[in-house]
Amino acid sequence: MDRRESMKSLLIGTMAGGALIQGCAPEVAETSKMPKASIAPEGVYGRTDKEKLRDQELANAKGFSESELATIAILCDLILPPTATVGGALEAGVPDFIDFIAKDIPGHELPIKGGLMWLNTRCNKLFGLPFEKLNDAQHKSILDEIAYPEDAATEVEPGVAFFSRMRNLTLTGYYTTKMGIDELGYQGNTPNVWDGVPEDVLKDHDVDYDDMWLSKCTDQSKREDMAEWDDQKNLLS
Amino acid sequence: MQIIESREEFDAIIVGSGAGGGMSAKVLADAGLSVAIVEAGPHFDPTDPEQMTQLKWPWESPRRGASTTRPFGDFDAAYGGWEIDGEPYTQGKGTQFDWFRSHMLGGRTNHWGRISLRFGPKDFKRRDQDGLSDNWPIGYEDVAPYYDKVDKLIGVFGSKENIPNEPDGYFLPAPKPRLHELYYIKAARKAGVAVIPSRLSILTKRLNNERGVCFYCRQCSRSCAIKADFSSGISLIFPAQKSGKVQLFTNCVVREVTTNTEGKATGVSYINKEDLKEYHLKSRTVVLAASACSSARILLNSKSIQHPNGLGNSSDHVGKYLHDSTGTDRAFLVPDLLNRKVTYNEDGVGGLHVYSPWWLDNKQLDFPRGYHMEISGGLNMPAYGFGFGLAEMNKYIGGVVGGYGDKLREDARKFYGAMIGISGRGESVPMKSNYCEIDPQVVDQWGIPVLKFHYQWSDYERKQSKHMHNTFEEIFEKIGAIPLGDKPDADRDYGLHNPGRIIHEVGTTRMGDDPSTSVVNRYQQLHDAPNIFVVDGGPFVSQADKNPTWTILALSWRTSEYIVDQLTKKNI
Repeated sequence: MDRRESMKSLLIGTMAGGALIQGCAPEVAETSKMPKASIAPEGVYGRTDKEKLRDQELANAKGFSESELATIAILCDLILPPTATVGGALEAGVPDFIDFIAKDIPGHELPIKGGLMWLNTRCNKLFGLPFEKLNDAQHKSILDEIAYPEDAATEVEPGVAFFSRMRNLTLTGYYTTKMGIDELGYQGNTPNVWDGVPEDVLKDHDVDYDDMWLSKCTDQSKREDMAEWDDQKNLLS
Repeated sequence: MQIIESREEFDAIIVGSGAGGGMSAKVLADAGLSVAIVEAGPHFDPTDPEQMTQLKWPWESPRRGASTTRPFGDFDAAYGGWEIDGEPYTQGKGTQFDWFRSHMLGGRTNHWGRISLRFGPKDFKRRDQDGLSDNWPIGYEDVAPYYDKVDKLIGVFGSKENIPNEPDGYFLPAPKPRLHELYYIKAARKAGVAVIPSRLSILTKRLNNERGVCFYCRQCSRSCAIKADFSSGISLIFPAQKSGKVQLFTNCVVREVTTNTEGKATGVSYINKEDLKEYHLKSRTVVLAASACSSARILLNSKSIQHPNGLGNSSDHVGKYLHDSTGTDRAFLVPDLLNRKVTYNEDGVGGLHVYSPWWLDNKQLDFPRGYHMEISGGLNMPAYGFGFGLAEMNKYIGGVVGGYGDKLREDARKFYGAMIGISGRGESVPMKSNYCEIDPQVVDQWGIPVLKFHYQWSDYERKQSKHMHNTFEEIFEKIGAIPLGDKPDADRDYGLHNPGRIIHEVGTTRMGDDPSTSVVNRYQQLHDAPNIFVVDGGPFVSQADKNPTWTILALSWRTSEYIVDQLTKKNI
């Protein structure tokens, strides 16, 4: 038999709703837990030798120029600046991510390099300086031209496409960091026992579990009881 | 991989280690037979920390999980994809088939969606209903006992529903629906569309003392380190190895099945990827489980005086009747889900908790054969692509489109978990004109002639896809949801994915009683060579709208028992 121990300690902090609220504390056998030996150090995530080699080559390859990266960083900071309580795209390292991803997915490189050129041309035309040298108000006046696709003038359409790409990559780069995920509030990627949508959320949405459906669902207090059926395919345990 | 040349003769060589090969290895080894499994890819064990991707965070990947090197993203367990360096395939003029291969121990079972549906009585006899393609020579009653055994050995959750063509199994209990799935249930019921708990091979309850019970991380596509989902390695091959009767040959690409002057198999020859030399293994039987198209390729490449048209191909049917599921998708924005609470962990199992089985009668419709619908959505872990088009989503609800700064943070919260995806997966009509053959002019990096594909959808599939899209909209309008993007029209084949994209390809060595129109008999035994069997999707005569894995497993079990019986009786 498996050695069993209460899962309570494991669950506290990882579950906001479900089993604990409903008062049944499921027992979890050792075989249902992630074995400690299986947890590789952060950053080790199952790459094949070929993938490791490619990632190393990409990391070492020259990406954007210093000047390009400086402009990318300013854009990232304008797209997702820090707030009073949480860091922004710069603190989350988004420019490094964009530098990598443009090497990894070649379809990004040319539109970004060309887009940066377009941006500087536009800034030179309006202010006689490249984007990097503009002040905050000037930055925002340029962004206001290209950040709102529905209102943008025809002549700045290349800038709209470029800025949309930068906004997409900045959002992805940010919300895939610990900082971004914490801010978003995602609660998962951790062992838990799913026992349905919490009551307050059901109420907010005016939905419910009907008895017929619930009768088909798992009773988490019996999850570690060995499955047994009768000949009519009825689950007995 | 120390073996240079096999002196010993195995009772069986199994080519491929996915669902069909794993099951055969388990049954044959448990019966005391000696088994060699020859797998083209490397060893894979989801409990190996060096190979594991489960519970990893997006920031651990420099591309944040993007699909640059693995087509379903960096964290997906499958090695391989639709394109593999050094292993090309070609296309007939004006046709398109996308061929997914996963070379690794366990094959595609390491990442698949775990949707485990039994074929129903009607699914084995489609010609009787619509006069198209052919009936299987066997029926549900022949396979049912093996479905039962597969349920109990491997585990599948679901619910007893008593729907005639959706047979119930020995089910573990279903997980409760997530919030977006409750919305879908409401919508489907209003629209008169069937909706029931999904049926996935994931352990929601203890099945045995070797495998764990699901801890709900939604990452079955990463292959489970506590063995709470089915993959061939952890559920079949590693247990089979306990018999001491199984030898694994990984990174070994089978080139052909060798035969003697009587035309019977003597073993296989393979290329060892590590030293690029060719080896020969001897056996009393050969079990092909390399995937429908790979097994067809091996047969076609196995030419001899006795089998001049390729092994098992006296009927000229090897490679013919290739068919994949139909598939098309749409996404909807549910205004009632905007700004929802993110106060709880909604991961659930790796896949849908509810689905819609086929609920209509084709006699009332302008296309043959049905489809089921799969639901996706909820509070997903962000990965590459999160936030793409986010600011533009406002156009659907009259908000400010675009922008930058704090507004984007509000947009991210507003739209998080507010979309529901729906996918139709249907039964195509098998056609002899859809096939693969050997391209005589092209070889892969191992020097083995490659496959050339010829595949076109017909109006049967196009009309079915059109119906799917109409249904999607009818369902979601019941909850005031807004369809995203454009509804695909005739110019785009009503959104049908290319053949091969759903990765349910079957039919290339089809089963039949008549050796002139089929490749294998009722026991998946070649008509042309009695000691060769095919236990992957190749023998499927038609594939229902059901994902093929559960049927591959059941048929492989049935065939493997037959092999034991026939070897014992010295019939082969």
